[in-house]
Amino acid sequence: MAREVSTGRKALVTAVAWGIGLLIFFPILWTVLTSFKTEGEAVAPHPSFLFFDWTLENYETVNARSDYLLHFWNSVVIALGSTLVGLLIAIPAAWSMAFVPGRRTKDLLMWMLSTKMMPAVGVLVPIYLLARDTGLLDTRVGLVAVLTLVNLPIIVWMLYTYFKEIPGEILEAARMDGASLGSEILYVLTPMAVPGIASTLLLNVILAWNESFWTLNLTAANAAPLTAFIASYSSPEGLFYAKLSAASTMAIAPILILGWFSQKQLVRGLTFGAVK
Amino acid sequence: MGEIALSQVKKSFGGVSIIQGIDLTIADGEFVVFVGPSGCGKSTLLRLIAGLEDASSGTIAIDGRDATRLPPARRGLAMVFQSYALYPHMSVRKNIAFPLRMAGVPKAEQERKVEAAAKILNLVPYLDRRPGQLSGGQRQRVAIGRAIVREPAAFLFDEPLSNLDAALRVSMRQEISELHQTLKTTMIYVTHDQVEAMTMADKIVVLNAGRIEQVGSPIDLYRSPVNLFVAGFIGSPKMNFIEGAEAARHGAHTLGIRPEHIAVAEGGPWKGVVGISEHLGSDTFLKVEVAGVGTVNVRAGGEVALRYGDAVALAPQADKFHRFDATGKAL
Repeated sequence: MAREVSTGRKALVTAVAWGIGLLIFFPILWTVLTSFKTEGEAVAPHPSFLFFDWTLENYETVNARSDYLLHFWNSVVIALGSTLVGLLIAIPAAWSMAFVPGRRTKDLLMWMLSTKMMPAVGVLVPIYLLARDTGLLDTRVGLVAVLTLVNLPIIVWMLYTYFKEIPGEILEAARMDGASLGSEILYVLTPMAVPGIASTLLLNVILAWNESFWTLNLTAANAAPLTAFIASYSSPEGLFYAKLSAASTMAIAPILILGWFSQKQLVRGLTFGAVK
Repeated sequence: MGEIALSQVKKSFGGVSIIQGIDLTIADGEFVVFVGPSGCGKSTLLRLIAGLEDASSGTIAIDGRDATRLPPARRGLAMVFQSYALYPHMSVRKNIAFPLRMAGVPKAEQERKVEAAAKILNLVPYLDRRPGQLSGGQRQRVAIGRAIVREPAAFLFDEPLSNLDAALRVSMRQEISELHQTLKTTMIYVTHDQVEAMTMADKIVVLNAGRIEQVGSPIDLYRSPVNLFVAGFIGSPKMNFIEGAEAARHGAHTLGIRPEHIAVAEGGPWKGVVGISEHLGSDTFLKVEVAGVGTVNVRAGGEVALRYGDAVALAPQADKFHRFDATGKAL
């Protein structure tokens, strides 16, 4: 039943919603604005919000000092690579958990999720040593492997939830129609789960793009993605706020644009099955 | 060819025994209906034949070949599911062609077979639609089309009509019977609806609690049920069961008589009072409280004008009594 809402109340709720939205967005806006200031203005005791001398000097400096394109490309390879490899492993895993569950499937799912509850730094040393001894330190392959494993529980969980919504009879029909296990997954399950797989892919690209613990600790120069590029401007000494802001803006812009265009898909994917 | 032979087939899930040793032979071209109350194991038995479940023990032979351990795809059977189980992302054409595509049939031949099946099932105008754009009856026809293009050894139907409304159910029932006449392929059909079983089957298998109660032609089961369960399950409305002095007088523990074998007649031996009367036009169903016998359902002619509280005399046909012993077996 629709409740009666007065215009005044509507205006108030709208204003509060916008207020909260702006509050959350403000740090990003501030970063972007700071990136166009001089270092002096960036640390001024009474900083000006919009009325300062707009300059591109920070971007020029950052581009001259470091190889943005290399870091950007590393980020793309690591984010996409780890997500695609993760999907390749997670689709069959989620298939088996959703359609032929055993007595321990629920426990297995919980155990997988529990690995996300552990602080990453707890396994830094063993993973660092493993990466060093296998020659995977500061390589894209090494980071793809680590990020695949780190995000795998989330990928499996998301796909498992989507697959649960698909009636098992359709897969049985495929089996009766002569489909092998591979054909069943390739021609029937995957096309039916496209919305779920797409939002899983998007979310994991974003997670991997923003992941900074492993990317900072396992890279030096060659495989360093944009997270390392930002970190290189966060120095305890000297005035680097504006340059740090410029680097941050350049690092988050691609993923922000991707998120903007895919927000419909993301929201639909994340609320999938919640309302039916 | 499609002869299917089950021998001592058993199935249990966890510790619970669902199918308790089934022996059954289905001849090539036969229309066999598995019927029974929900939970009796009829769908499980069908899924065992299909290969969607593995038998715990026993053997399943298709055309004399042991198929017990074969995966569903290699048994040469086609199945129509209750929920239709169409592929929602494919057009009707692709749905019907899917088994052919999986079998590696050349494109041209796929196309020809799909067209032929669509013609039989009146689906030609819908070939390029998605399942979501079809009505329930049309979806069921697509599911049947997907089954017939494979030219299977046998068709398996798992309650295919239970999602349809009553009128559509009757016409689809007739379509499936006609299809059987045309194709002459073995069909195994699972239902809980004894009317479907009676109208479609060459042979009915009545199942209860994972066991076969009786196998026979519809008329055999109607005329000579071997026990109380079959007597009560086959026939609509249900057979009346009478115990006590009246049964003892006929030398039985339980006496059975079908509602259609009791006439409303002046001077009949059973005197009673009408409780509920249902006038259907063609028939009138009366619930009569008979002194010394109990509540008796009677199927009378459509013109009978008896109402609640009227006194009535009933005459059961003496040669239509079924007599059962204390364990429920027919005498």
